[in-house]
Amino acid sequence: MSSTISHERNRAQKNRFSVPAWLTSRLFLWLFPIGFIGLFFFYPLTRILTYSLNVSVFTPENIKLISDVLLFTLYQALLSTLLTLLLGLPAAYLFARFDFPGKSLIRALTAVPFMLPTVVVAAGFNALLGPRGWLNLGLMASLGLETGPIQFVGTLGAILLAHVFYNTTIVIRLMGSAFSQLDPRLEGAARSLGANTLNVWGYVFLPLLRPHLLAAALLVFLFNFTSFGVILLLGGPSFTTLEVETYIQALHMLNLPLAGLLSVVQILCTLTFSVIYTRIISKARLQIFPRADQYKLQRPHTLGEKGYVIGLNVILIFVFVLPMLALPLRSVFRLEAARGERADVKYGLTSEYYSELFTNRRGSIFYVPPIQAAFNSLGYAGITVLISLMMGFPAASALAHPGKLERWLDPLFLLPLGASAVTLGLGFIISFNRPPLRMLASPWLIPLAHSMVALPFVIRTLQPALASIPDRLRDAAFILGASPYRAWLAVDWPIIWRASLAAATFAFTISLGEFGATALLTRPEYPTIPIAIYRFLSQPGGLNYGQAMAMATILMFLATGGIMLIERFRPPGAREF
Amino acid sequence: MKQYVILFMSFILTVGACAPKGPVTLTVMTHDSFAVSEEVVRSFEQANNIKVTFLASGDTGAALNKAILTKDAPLADLFFGVDNTFMSRALEAEIFEPYRPQALEIIPTNFQLDPTSNLIPVDYGDVCINYDKAYFSENNLSVPETFEDLLKPEYFGLLAVENPATSSPGLAFLLASIAHFGDPDYLKYWGQLRDNGLIVVSDWETAYYTNFSASSGRGPQPMVVSYGSSPPAEVIFSETPLDDAPTASIIGPDTCFRQIEFVGILKGTEQRDLAEKFIDFMLAEDFQADLPLQMFVFPVNPDVDLPDVFIQYAQIPDQPALLDPADIAANRERWINDWTDVVIR
Repeated sequence: MSSTISHERNRAQKNRFSVPAWLTSRLFLWLFPIGFIGLFFFYPLTRILTYSLNVSVFTPENIKLISDVLLFTLYQALLSTLLTLLLGLPAAYLFARFDFPGKSLIRALTAVPFMLPTVVVAAGFNALLGPRGWLNLGLMASLGLETGPIQFVGTLGAILLAHVFYNTTIVIRLMGSAFSQLDPRLEGAARSLGANTLNVWGYVFLPLLRPHLLAAALLVFLFNFTSFGVILLLGGPSFTTLEVETYIQALHMLNLPLAGLLSVVQILCTLTFSVIYTRIISKARLQIFPRADQYKLQRPHTLGEKGYVIGLNVILIFVFVLPMLALPLRSVFRLEAARGERADVKYGLTSEYYSELFTNRRGSIFYVPPIQAAFNSLGYAGITVLISLMMGFPAASALAHPGKLERWLDPLFLLPLGASAVTLGLGFIISFNRPPLRMLASPWLIPLAHSMVALPFVIRTLQPALASIPDRLRDAAFILGASPYRAWLAVDWPIIWRASLAAATFAFTISLGEFGATALLTRPEYPTIPIAIYRFLSQPGGLNYGQAMAMATILMFLATGGIMLIERFRPPGAREF
Repeated sequence: MKQYVILFMSFILTVGACAPKGPVTLTVMTHDSFAVSEEVVRSFEQANNIKVTFLASGDTGAALNKAILTKDAPLADLFFGVDNTFMSRALEAEIFEPYRPQALEIIPTNFQLDPTSNLIPVDYGDVCINYDKAYFSENNLSVPETFEDLLKPEYFGLLAVENPATSSPGLAFLLASIAHFGDPDYLKYWGQLRDNGLIVVSDWETAYYTNFSASSGRGPQPMVVSYGSSPPAEVIFSETPLDDAPTASIIGPDTCFRQIEFVGILKGTEQRDLAEKFIDFMLAEDFQADLPLQMFVFPVNPDVDLPDVFIQYAQIPDQPALLDPADIAANRERWINDWTDVVIR
């Protein structure tokens, strides 16, 4: 006890001589993150809700509508989350423990869906599973059927599969960094005491992984809870979630009061989940030693391991690669030749769609050269990574050792994930249209909005890693005379760099995928790839369709390449793994 | 930590430095489907020595909401793209200033829906059912000509429409049926159509590219709710030159709903003169002639010649459906909800 106190005093003295105390105080850590979400989230949200809400919306019909929609929203989100964990956990373990050829590519590919616009994903699923999809055509031919036996689009199954397709990467990234954080000596100790594999998981791994697991489950749940494009495009008109209903009420019925009420319900739900999560997680905190030795990545040896690696890879390829395969294929494959005379459809390879991307055929003022769109997309993504890490680090540092303040603040930082994109977009519009905040036409608003969605991910990824760093180690470093920076570099950095990479990947993917609120914001000067895809798909004609597929393919390559690059990045001081 | 502060401060400063300023700019708020030739805009810019910027702000509903929400401190000088389904709503919000351009004298009066001259018609187009010509000839099936025809058993499961709650062509087609059958008889019709295997999807992109058999998506349905100008677009944007359009429109009585798009000067503009000039420019021949191949709509100015591909493949219905904008504004929500109850639930 007395030694702890003297350590504390020691550290306090050290701090006083090197950095001003206010710089490391909690309030200072919170200053920028709170200012950030206060200005770009709570302020616009409050503005739009006070503008739109009034008592007239509390009619029995509206209450019934909201409760029906809420029930379905919860139901599909819960099912989707369970399925996502079912695939994500084994996959995370696979990537954290085993080495096999093509690993980094497959790992990167699992993150690509996260970035693809739903229109394109819907096209991919349709090419595979639609009424005239490959699977149905194959079954029709082999079984001699008139119509395709598989009914996919417009079913709950389509929604669930698409959610798994989109969100498994969250589990893989969050749990992956947790798995590789585990100390193998713990397993050794347990086994030497006679534990079998089941015991090791039940008594050692799962308790240690619980915070990460909960964080991953919560984020996946929130993403499913606020799902929009998947419900609209793959679920079809008979399914509606809070987010979809808000969109309909706000933009098609022009009923802002009801849209506002729907948003309030959605945010209150998100807040409830976040508070429950924070309460659970604050009871389970464990500090783990940075590994003296760590689990070595191994090639699969035993028959069981080989079966696990091969089987899981086959499943991953089926779920992640096949639905996306249609896009690059269709982008170089023409089935037009003599459309109109169906009997005589000619197939052929073509590079026309790609070359056409570079010509401004109509002389349009809105023509986007693909290189420029790619450049804009990457630029926004880069800025988003910077901003969200800058805001995320101090918040995660404070949350790593939560006091009373943190327990209140923690749930607030999850709320941007649960806010309706339409409502927030409208909030931006009434909040940032006049001086001194006249920045509606500013291109900066886009990466700022992206960063807000990315921030919960960044915090959730960094916080468990920061929390796992034992104070003893830092104290030891201080006693040995290390400066705070040196101590940080020697103690904290080796533990958190991997989590930082995961956080950066999230921010990058979220931005590249053009999430939520930005749909309502304008960026006339800097169109991105998803914007270009939408422009092509909004007009009829084979050439437009082909160009949309070509653009989507470019996005896929950029996304895969970007993720592989980020993951290959080895910061100084980090150990190989 | 210190680096972090510096980074953040420099970031804030950069944001501040990026605030728009510079020479005189005329800003036009519009929807995402807006398009225009670069040279046409440049000629206006050069003639008036200014810069024109377009603020594309989502679909029509989103863009209009944006204009209404910012009416105290307008983001633009003009708003283009209010259509007749949103018109009354836009006028109620009182976001426009009246202006009556000279050119209105030559523009047919049936386009001039706003007697207060806040909203000036610029273009029009028809939402029609497109059909796959090859499918019908291959199956020796005659093409349906009226709403009533679509109920015949031979057309079971052949039509895909968009949900009027989430799609503007979907809403237009619902309005066409209301113009034809009246309220509430249209609901009975839709019940029968549902029983005849009607397919409903959320948006035009899905309906056209996933469900329609004559598009590149090669879907299962040979009929889809799209635009009267989609057949010429199929010809223009085909990969290989086509001798004939693969699709055509059904242009029976009331089966096509006419959408008219308007422009208006936003209240509070500091460049009223330029804004007036821009409206004159939008009604003049250069801009009007540019409309068909840019936005796939028809010019309201009758003196303008259509491009050949439009004359050949775009059909204009003799009797398009029209509804009073005030009726649409008053009933829009109820119509959509009732339709949803009958067709989807």
